[in-house]
Amino acid sequence: MHEKFPWSHVFGFLLSIVLTCMTIWIGLYTNFSHSFILYLIVGLAFVQAFLQLFMFMHMTEGEDGKMKTANIFYGIFVAVIVVLGSLFTMSFGM
Amino acid sequence: MKFQWDTFFVTGEPMILGAQISLLFGAIAMVVGLTYFKKWKWLWTEWITTVDHKKIGTMYILCAVLMLFRGGVDALLMRIQLTLPNLHFLDEHHYDEIFTTHGTIMILFMAMPFLMGLINLVVPLQIGARDVAFPYLNAISFWLFFIGMGLFNISFIIGGSPDAGWTMYFPLAGTEFTPGPGQNYYAIALQIAGIGTLATGINFLVTIFKMRAPGMKLMDIPMFSWSVIAMSLIIVAAFPVLTIALALMTFDRLFGAHFFTMASGGMPMLWSNLFWIWGHPEVYIVVLPAFGIFSEIISTFSRKRLFGYGSMVLSMLAIALMSYLTWAHHFFTMGAGPAVNSFFSISTMAISIPTGIKIFNWLATMYKGKISFTTPMLWAVGFIPNFIVGGATGVLLAMASADYQYHNSYYLVAHFHHVLIAGVVFACFGGLHFWYPKMFGHILNETLGKWTFWIFVIGFNICFYPMYFLGLKGMTRRMVTYQADLGWTGLNEVATVGAFLMGVAFLILCYNIYYSARKGERDTTGDPWDGRTLEWATSTPVPHYNFAKLPNVQGVDEWARMKKNGENLKITEEEVKEIHMPNNTGKAFIISCFFFVAGFGLVFEWYWMAILGGIGIACGLLLRSLEKDEGYHVSVEEIKRTEGLSRGDEHGTNK
Amino acid sequence: MEQTNKELPLEYQTHQDRMTILAFWIFLGAEIALFSTLFATYLVLEHRTAGMFSAKQLFEAPKVMMMTFLLLTSSFTCGVAIWYMRRNNAKQLIGWMLVTLLLGAGFLYMEIAEFTHYVHEGATIQTSAFLSSFFVLTGTHGAHVTLGICWALSILYQVMKNGITTTTARKVFIIGLYWHFLDVVWIFLFTLVYVKGMVG
Repeated sequence: MHEKFPWSHVFGFLLSIVLTCMTIWIGLYTNFSHSFILYLIVGLAFVQAFLQLFMFMHMTEGEDGKMKTANIFYGIFVAVIVVLGSLFTMSFGM
Repeated sequence: MKFQWDTFFVTGEPMILGAQISLLFGAIAMVVGLTYFKKWKWLWTEWITTVDHKKIGTMYILCAVLMLFRGGVDALLMRIQLTLPNLHFLDEHHYDEIFTTHGTIMILFMAMPFLMGLINLVVPLQIGARDVAFPYLNAISFWLFFIGMGLFNISFIIGGSPDAGWTMYFPLAGTEFTPGPGQNYYAIALQIAGIGTLATGINFLVTIFKMRAPGMKLMDIPMFSWSVIAMSLIIVAAFPVLTIALALMTFDRLFGAHFFTMASGGMPMLWSNLFWIWGHPEVYIVVLPAFGIFSEIISTFSRKRLFGYGSMVLSMLAIALMSYLTWAHHFFTMGAGPAVNSFFSISTMAISIPTGIKIFNWLATMYKGKISFTTPMLWAVGFIPNFIVGGATGVLLAMASADYQYHNSYYLVAHFHHVLIAGVVFACFGGLHFWYPKMFGHILNETLGKWTFWIFVIGFNICFYPMYFLGLKGMTRRMVTYQADLGWTGLNEVATVGAFLMGVAFLILCYNIYYSARKGERDTTGDPWDGRTLEWATSTPVPHYNFAKLPNVQGVDEWARMKKNGENLKITEEEVKEIHMPNNTGKAFIISCFFFVAGFGLVFEWYWMAILGGIGIACGLLLRSLEKDEGYHVSVEEIKRTEGLSRGDEHGTNK
Repeated sequence: MEQTNKELPLEYQTHQDRMTILAFWIFLGAEIALFSTLFATYLVLEHRTAGMFSAKQLFEAPKVMMMTFLLLTSSFTCGVAIWYMRRNNAKQLIGWMLVTLLLGAGFLYMEIAEFTHYVHEGATIQTSAFLSSFFVLTGTHGAHVTLGICWALSILYQVMKNGITTTTARKVFIIGLYWHFLDVVWIFLFTLVYVKGMVG
């Protein structure tokens, strides 16, 4: 745990900036279809989220590492159901 | 604006006036009694500041029984009104308030605390722990529930109760159609109590995962504690949804937002969507611990290990996960498209499969067991056929296209009462009887218990079976009265008789509690039922540190195994070590009181009061954070004294 | 039941502290569910503007980028603070945490300025369903940040008074988790509210 210099932190930070810029660029400066843009930027968001969970928050460390990771996946499972389920239920067309 | 006393206090209703007067007298009597018997200090040190999970559990159950009374009276009032057509016993407004408070109280302020009480009492003992992971947080959970309960309950004498149904559908629940504090009580009281529940979910997950006695692997955990794991998993995911839904409702009502109010783009159906995303998992939150209680009772009184331990665990986890996929079956008729309704139809029917597995496992446990039909066993065995009826009608309701016929009819009312009463209430009564000797050191009278059971179950079926037929004949729920020529009168009269029988059973239960306190059979063994799990390995009364000597667990039903091998938890003088216990604290109670102040202020839109309450909460939290409380150590002498109370095998605590 | 293991970082050394950290992770799972409900509400109501302001009209990319950069950097400096904590350096811990909080305050300042600007334009919480959900979603995140700053200040005070102990280390670690989590939520806010809104 005692690295000489927090390389993983810096790496996580820089990568997050890159992913953020990519999101802006894809959203505002490309001509992809709206739904394709949406898939891309949401995908990038998940990548950045996992990056931060792992690199900044040390999600997997410690004797409870597996439990904490499972807990976050469970939270994501619920989040996906709530968001997609609400959009599905409130769609009035499907 | 001049303060209007006659709208602040509910006036003009003789029954409510009667309630106001009796509550006032009751409060005065309590204050006088406490002063006369000089019990204020006792109340403060033993109960209000406690962080002992056993005492917290007892307080939860006491509140639950009180709320059962209130909710039950609501039910009887409704049944009286509906016995004959065109009665004017209750006017429409009052009737609406009563069915709203009946539903809200029974689910959130009766079933939840009853189960939380049993969970608090039993789970740490079952897993061989000395306390929960976070005793202070546990106290906060209880007092927040208490304050939420208090806030919700005073609504009928101050300001007026909510009256848009316990489901609070918009646009009726919005300020356009229901102005006034009534609905605000619902939004705020449930919000406060909900925080407590979320904290309990987290507390028990950590407790069961991290504080088990040495040697107890995951698959050795008693089934009731496993059910609490499954329940807590649902709580941490579902209650935040309710938090937001209520917050959005509060914003719509208090700050003019447009989440659910139709003007300017709001969507009333979004409320139903969010409410039921919480609401459906909520019913599994109450039913899973109930299933856990039945598992304990059935295996104990069949003198046999629970059949199919692994599938019982898996089925509960499956139910927990699948409970998130079924919510729209509560509003099939609200206009969602065919794909939506079909999906939720299928998922709803699918969730009956793991439940069915559990029923078969319970029956298999009883098969070739040495069954004794004690009162708890009666409740558990009675649950099986009654719950199956409710469950089967649920599958019928799950068929979306058919549901257009019986949605919101008495068919639905009968279904959910069948599953909730047979599932949860039977478990509460059975669990109360089962663990009563552990709580109070005496056993509830068997004869009175059996009378309670039979009268309740018979009354329950007499009350709700006719409602299936009433529903099929077209009677809609939440209607204050009906016309004589509809042909519904006869069955309604029958239902009312059943309801009163349930009331009689409740009175017998109350008498049982009183009678057994005075003359009931005392239990000093700590194990009156020849139990199988570790809570029965403690003595009665359970010392506040639970176990002087922690067991070294070797498998499922550890206490049964220990007894079979002649082992016990007797501790020798050399083995006694100091035990670290948490201190009592008044902060949990005081912070909760500030929640009441803030909540009351929000209900009446007196923002100065809400802000004051908020500041109080913040100060309380800050003081708690800054405090350096390391707890205290129970001395070796005290432990020796407690454990060595009258040496001898039949008496005393040392086992 | 104190089981200390001197090999571990200070905040993980006692059993009670390990349990508290686990409990906080579970709480963060609950917060994910909480924010998902707000996101679901926002995404359902996103286009219901009552003929008034839409996302595309209101959001400005440079300001959003700046807010993102502030919060992201604060998450990084928070990580540095924890890194120093694990090296028992109370001074650096406090210094880097103060930088974190300053950046967070900068983020909040910009967000409040953004809200005030919208309100001055006539886009309030009462204007439309879209605006109600926008304000409550981003406002909830902002309220969490505000609470986090107050909470962190009280913990820094405790570090100054008591130094780095197992208890203060655990407290700092937990506020660190909370702070990082708020940045994770912001990633989704940035993506699903601002960028999505500006795409149209």
